[in-house]
Amino acid sequence: MESRNGNLVELRNVHKVYFRDRIEVPVLQGIDLTIREGEFVALMGPSGSGKSTLLNLIAGIDSPTGGEVRVAGESLGTLKPGKLAAWRARHIGFIFQLYNLIPVLTAYQNVELPLLLTKLSARERKKRVLKVLGLVGLEARAKHFPRQLSGGEEQRVAIARAIVADPTLLVADEPTGDLDAKNAAEILTLLQRLHAELEKTILMVTHDPHAAERAEKTLHLDKGVLQP
Amino acid sequence: MKYFRLIWANLLRAKRRTFLTVFSIAIALFLFCTLRTVITSFEASLRASEATRLVVRHGASLVFPLPLAYRERLVQVPGVNGVSYGNWFGGFYQDPKNQFAQFAMDVPTMFDLFPELVMPADQVQAFRSERTAAIIGKALAKKYGWKLGDQVPIIGTIFPGEWRFVVRGIYEGKTKDVDENTLFFHWDYLNESLPEGRKNQVGIYWIRVASPDLAADVSRRVDAMFENSPQPTKTETEKAFQAGFISMIGNIQLLLTIIGSAIVFAIMLVTVNTMMMAARERTTEIAVLKTLGYSDGLILRLVAGEALLVSLLGGLLGCGLAALVFHESDFTASGFFPNFRVLPETIVAGLLLAVLMGILSGIVPAVTAARLEVASALRKVA
Repeated sequence: MESRNGNLVELRNVHKVYFRDRIEVPVLQGIDLTIREGEFVALMGPSGSGKSTLLNLIAGIDSPTGGEVRVAGESLGTLKPGKLAAWRARHIGFIFQLYNLIPVLTAYQNVELPLLLTKLSARERKKRVLKVLGLVGLEARAKHFPRQLSGGEEQRVAIARAIVADPTLLVADEPTGDLDAKNAAEILTLLQRLHAELEKTILMVTHDPHAAERAEKTLHLDKGVLQP
Repeated sequence: MKYFRLIWANLLRAKRRTFLTVFSIAIALFLFCTLRTVITSFEASLRASEATRLVVRHGASLVFPLPLAYRERLVQVPGVNGVSYGNWFGGFYQDPKNQFAQFAMDVPTMFDLFPELVMPADQVQAFRSERTAAIIGKALAKKYGWKLGDQVPIIGTIFPGEWRFVVRGIYEGKTKDVDENTLFFHWDYLNESLPEGRKNQVGIYWIRVASPDLAADVSRRVDAMFENSPQPTKTETEKAFQAGFISMIGNIQLLLTIIGSAIVFAIMLVTVNTMMMAARERTTEIAVLKTLGYSDGLILRLVAGEALLVSLLGGLLGCGLAALVFHESDFTASGFFPNFRVLPETIVAGLLLAVLMGILSGIVPAVTAARLEVASALRKVA
């Protein structure tokens, strides 16, 4: 799914500006970035450096003010909203800091959500959901609601939800930011396994150096600029 | 269908709020069905009117009687081939709340003028031959458990005192629109019991014309005949009479339509507010769904689907309750609505209204949710 040169993510001169009370706030300033398929990249930087914004641009849930974002062979700026949603469903698995599970759905139902967008039958969906729940070690908790799970378990369900549709790229925004050290270590081990065993391309935003150590490559972002 | 579970789960998120919303829609639709049934009951009574039957009453008002002597003159009007007469009795059974229509009728002529009252010949004969006999509609007999031979005491209000009648016949309507909640008894029995000053006075004459085409001409002739008498008449078709009788309490159709619309509109505003609150509370979840690849269109359908489901549940509950309550209760509003039944068309109209409420109440939150910008929604949470 990568482009012809083997790059899964390519950003060229990407700018992002927000407006707060009509005041222009530059967040990203001329970002050039390449991530090859199968890489596990950590993106570090202080608060407000633009890490999450950069992640959102790559995940296709935000659009740049200038420049080009090309992911999985597609220039995201050219896609209309409907096509972009379908592209996200196919290519992006998103892991949030606060898990963001739907509280009224069980772990099983939460994981099944991305598969509802596919043409898979109910039986096929069930097979895949149980498989990924097994992969994150939560098969026995399939019928539990988020409130009945620990923080670590919730994040593992969120990871299962992110990988169930077999996306091209996993993006994780501070996936251990809300967890204690033990659970954080387990989640990072899980991400490493996904990278090593399933050859997933992962882009992880973090400001925890221990978390970044688990990645193959670490990028530093400061004041909207990638540091050399 | 695979998204139904998601819609349903969202509705059950705040069970009390969902229940109260469904319940308020149900009340609105129950009232809509009730008010609509008032109108259809009126329409049914109009449909039951015979096109060849004219009603002759006092020209000034229905409350003033006409002399019995008019009968002989009415019979002689060209085009008239039958005349009967009667008085509205206005009594109740045991308790003032047990009200239904009672008419004192000229029994020898009434079956000729009212062929829609169907009864076995032996019961007609028994009714004719006994001065205190009465006949009752099938629905009335069922309501009070009256059988042939039962003595029925009626307390008179226009004609005070306790009047005792023996049930000698139970009639059925020839069509479903015919009222089966009325008691008919001998006009002679009433007349003989009245003081001298109130004797030989008739509330209404019914005359039958040979063809509906003659109705206008006969009406003109009758009214012209009594134009300069102390008791002038007003003659009109039975349908016009019924419609006029109904209009005595105002433009009921307009009034009921306005009330019904106001109720539905008020409840719809409440529902809009509730659905908007429900959608606003889930801003993050909607953003998450969009991140997973749910399109704006799908989000719109999911949120609108919730509003539609809530409205439909309320509609089914309200319309179903109305159908059940008025079917089981034999409600007649003291005889004013003898055929008070919620028609299938009313239920269909109620459910369509529920769908419309669902669409209108869901459209704003659905569009808002569909337009939600994912990144900014997630940023607010983070």
